[in-house]
Amino acid sequence: MSALRLVVVAAGLSVPSSTRLLADRLAGATVGQLRYSGREVDLRVIELRDLAREIADNLVTGFPPPALREAIEAVTTADGLIAVTPIFSASYNGLFKSFVDVIDKDALTGCPVLVAATGGTARHSLALEHAMRPLFAYLRAVVAPTAVYAASEDWGSAGDAGGGLATRIARAAGELADLMTGRPVPAHATADTVVPFTEQLAALAVSRQ
Amino acid sequence: MQFGIFSVGDVTADPTTGRTPSERERIKAIVAIALKAEEVGLDVFATGEHHNPPFVPSSPTTMLGWIAARTERIILSTATTLITTNDPVKIAEDYAMLQHLADGRVDLMMGRGNTGPVYPWFGQDIRQGIPLAIENYALLRELWRQETVDWSGRFRTPLQSFTATPRPLDDMPPFVWHGSIRSPEIAEQAAYYGDGFFANHIFWPKEHFQKLINLYRERYAHYGHGTPEQAIVGLGGQVFMRRNSQDAVREFRPYFDNAPVYGHGPSLEEFTEQTPLTVGSPQEVIEKTLTFRETFGDYQRQLFLMDHAGLPLKTVLEQLDLLGEEVIPVLRKEFAKGRPAIVPDGPTHAARVAAAAETTEALEVAK
Repeated sequence: MSALRLVVVAAGLSVPSSTRLLADRLAGATVGQLRYSGREVDLRVIELRDLAREIADNLVTGFPPPALREAIEAVTTADGLIAVTPIFSASYNGLFKSFVDVIDKDALTGCPVLVAATGGTARHSLALEHAMRPLFAYLRAVVAPTAVYAASEDWGSAGDAGGGLATRIARAAGELADLMTGRPVPAHATADTVVPFTEQLAALAVSRQ
Repeated sequence: MQFGIFSVGDVTADPTTGRTPSERERIKAIVAIALKAEEVGLDVFATGEHHNPPFVPSSPTTMLGWIAARTERIILSTATTLITTNDPVKIAEDYAMLQHLADGRVDLMMGRGNTGPVYPWFGQDIRQGIPLAIENYALLRELWRQETVDWSGRFRTPLQSFTATPRPLDDMPPFVWHGSIRSPEIAEQAAYYGDGFFANHIFWPKEHFQKLINLYRERYAHYGHGTPEQAIVGLGGQVFMRRNSQDAVREFRPYFDNAPVYGHGPSLEEFTEQTPLTVGSPQEVIEKTLTFRETFGDYQRQLFLMDHAGLPLKTVLEQLDLLGEEVIPVLRKEFAKGRPAIVPDGPTHAARVAAAAETTEALEVAK
């Protein structure tokens, strides 16, 4: 069996960022789960901060510069995706959304996705449910039931018994791994198919004598 | 191989002076540019068609008719004619009329138009863009090729015993290109009819257009019009030149940085690296343009975008002098080198009439 391609997209803006920290823990847990099931994994982490200018250029010109094109290709051909964003003003940050905006709306159809977010306070945790999950639902991705939110307090707490951060990470990673291994065929439509012209014409029912 | 220019027809403030030309000034400038194109030895002048500000060319055949009267040799074309929102009957009549006035120096490039609000202004819906392009063009072909047309379709009132007038000059409809930046359906349409395919790749990287053009070439052969190498391909290009490369970059940068289409995004250096835009010496323009052939195969028509983003008329005319004197003669020579004999030249009315006569003659002999 060929290696599964797991891609992590992290939209944190500081270096180092807690978003990247969460992304790495989710990636590590998912890779662990997949290896435990006997699957090899190709892991790729994409820090959107590194592509900030390219994303803005794409918004303006309509096409991605080389580094961004390569990142989009990695995301849209992945067998599983971990998307992690900081919560800004009650939602994913603008950088994250701009990146999603330059991806073809059909390119993530059927792709298993784990959504996660970081924030200063746990009061924003439902942003995952009212912003991230609907976004990926629109893209027809398959979102894992557990979404992982890490507030500042989570990093300090040792309270992993019960619903602690570590537990949530493990549960979400397990769900993503299951979705990735349970997936029959990659759903990504890669081949450009062309409808033969006679069929296009026939569909219009033009009549002439 | 044909070389020419295409104009979008935007009225844009010159970012170096802040001055916006009047519509009259811009329209007269476009005409002056077309006349200059013939003077410096170019083969084609093509105008855009737009129905929303800041663009002026809403009535292409009026403008091309005026230019036809003042020129002798140059082919008058469009980039593009809106096949979605124009009534095909009007296109058939307008361009047949222009053919007669211009002694056959006319061809067209069909495009869909990507501005949503324009469609309803003409009673159409952008969501039907592709079906409109397909049906309207099917009717346009009939109108040019059949004396009497009975026809009904989805998008316009039926026609009964209708004859478009005047008939095409020498019974030879204008050659048609199909322009597309995105849609394989349009490459397929061009291939089906054996028409030309024009890839305006000036804003996008080449890989995307390689796929579209390869598809068009394969399908052209599939439909029995010739080999893939014989398909009729046109390409866009965009240049700004000064004898000294540094001067070109210095002078063009403010226009680039503020250009309506790509301004305030990538740097000029990044954009020239990623797209066909060349800003530099005539030699650099020659080198970059010659790479198009390596990427897309031998082709038939090369159009350059020269007047946009608020460049003053005087500058554009200087650009055309450089293009005509220093670039095109070299390109003609270089593109001819190693060009297989089976690759057709750019389409002209005279050549197509002669080819049709030859076919008829061959059929007579066969009888």
